Amino acid sequence: MSSLLQEMNANALKLGIPLGVQLDLTYRCNERCIHCYLDHDDQGEMTTTEIKDLLDQLANAGVFFLTLSGGEILMRRDFFEILEHARVLAFCVKLKTNAVLIHEKEAERIQALGVESIQVSIYSHRHEVHDAITKMPGSLRRSLDAIRFLRTKGLRVIIANVLMLKNIQDYPSVRALAEELGVEVTIDPTITPKMDGDRSLLDLNIDQAALSRVFHDQDLVGDVEGFHSPPSTIDDATLDSLPCSAGHTACYVSPYGDVYPCVQFPLPSGNVRRTKFLDIWHHSPQLNEVRSISARELTGCSKCLNLKSCTRCPGLAYMEGNMRGPSTQDCEKSLARTGIPSTNLLSKKPTLAGLVQIGRLPILQSPVTA
Amino acid sequence: MNQNGYARRSSRVAARRLGDEVVIMSIENTAFLFSLNRVAALIWEAADGMTSIEEISARICSRFDVAPKAALEDALDLVKRLAKHGILQMSDTPISAANDFVQESR
Repeated sequence: MSSLLQEMNANALKLGIPLGVQLDLTYRCNERCIHCYLDHDDQGEMTTTEIKDLLDQLANAGVFFLTLSGGEILMRRDFFEILEHARVLAFCVKLKTNAVLIHEKEAERIQALGVESIQVSIYSHRHEVHDAITKMPGSLRRSLDAIRFLRTKGLRVIIANVLMLKNIQDYPSVRALAEELGVEVTIDPTITPKMDGDRSLLDLNIDQAALSRVFHDQDLVGDVEGFHSPPSTIDDATLDSLPCSAGHTACYVSPYGDVYPCVQFPLPSGNVRRTKFLDIWHHSPQLNEVRSISARELTGCSKCLNLKSCTRCPGLAYMEGNMRGPSTQDCEKSLARTGIPSTNLLSKKPTLAGLVQIGRLPILQSPVTA
Repeated sequence: MNQNGYARRSSRVAARRLGDEVVIMSIENTAFLFSLNRVAALIWEAADGMTSIEEISARICSRFDVAPKAALEDALDLVKRLAKHGILQMSDTPISAANDFVQESR
């Protein structure tokens, strides 16, 4: 992160400004990805007028980064009207899409309106693998065609490559494909539970051996030795630190107007159909509770050796039952990174046989799970 | 451009006021982020294409303890620097405030 961006974040935190908001325009989608955490039925989406009013409120609240996501954003017939309104309000807009509905005309319109980036989900370079994950025949071809249209217009495209058991061996080829297309790529090894709490999707996650391989890939982590260096001593600064931006300088709004600390932190904190956004942001008891939690108060984690380098997600912890508790998925990442089981994993060890292969470390030579 | 010139905020930017400052990012080059202090923020917000640089610098003088000549020089300098990065447009004549985004929507 650039120093100016860090300064901007620090200022926003000090001033109580929600610097970044993700707004899901719809949960409807033309794909049916096997790992998706959403229910795709329309439960009463905000109207165009409601969304425009919300955007006005977000601009007045100081929101700079606006991520428009879904569902599939282009499933909304008013998508370009919404995007235009967002750009008139001078948001820095990021789009998340599967892009299958983007053709030359749509790419041209996006270029004319001006967005910071368009993130497109690509799961594999192999059609049979990608299309099996999206459950939409021809989806890889259409998404790649769209990326080419967007690139032709000079737009910044980022491929999002979510890793799971079905595609773990393909990420180097996806990276090569991204290079060929002239786009960036992000790799995410985390499958999250459904927003309704159903945790069955977690079975799709890559196992500890594969995670460790990913974390030892120099192309991904850069300085492998530095990345895997033993965690440093817990100091007061670490204990007083905040977990992440969720609820502090960022939040999430669903297509139904529900406000949550983050898309991955489904703690209902208010609804913009009943309450003004800024009132929710400043006065929601739930958001204020999230803000009150420092690392010092985390159950178990505050004494964990991995605390300083852990990427603990408070939302995943919440979905595990306690927003002050550990997120086992992040404990597994810390284990793959430092080789040291977290306090949480140690307490669970007897019941984790077969799920987390603690006893097999170091596991660099383990085969990648197909 | 001289003191009677005009400046207008580009539509190809993202911008927001954060307290006393204004943060700006050019959509054409997202690698650069600009932070304007409170005087520069006032110039930015006044750059509507219809208010001359001279009028803008007069507003600065009325808000801050600064000599008119210095305010005008600083305003002109800032406008030129921001224009170089494409986040402001400059002209010797007023610049239309037409909506740059208006096109046929889907």
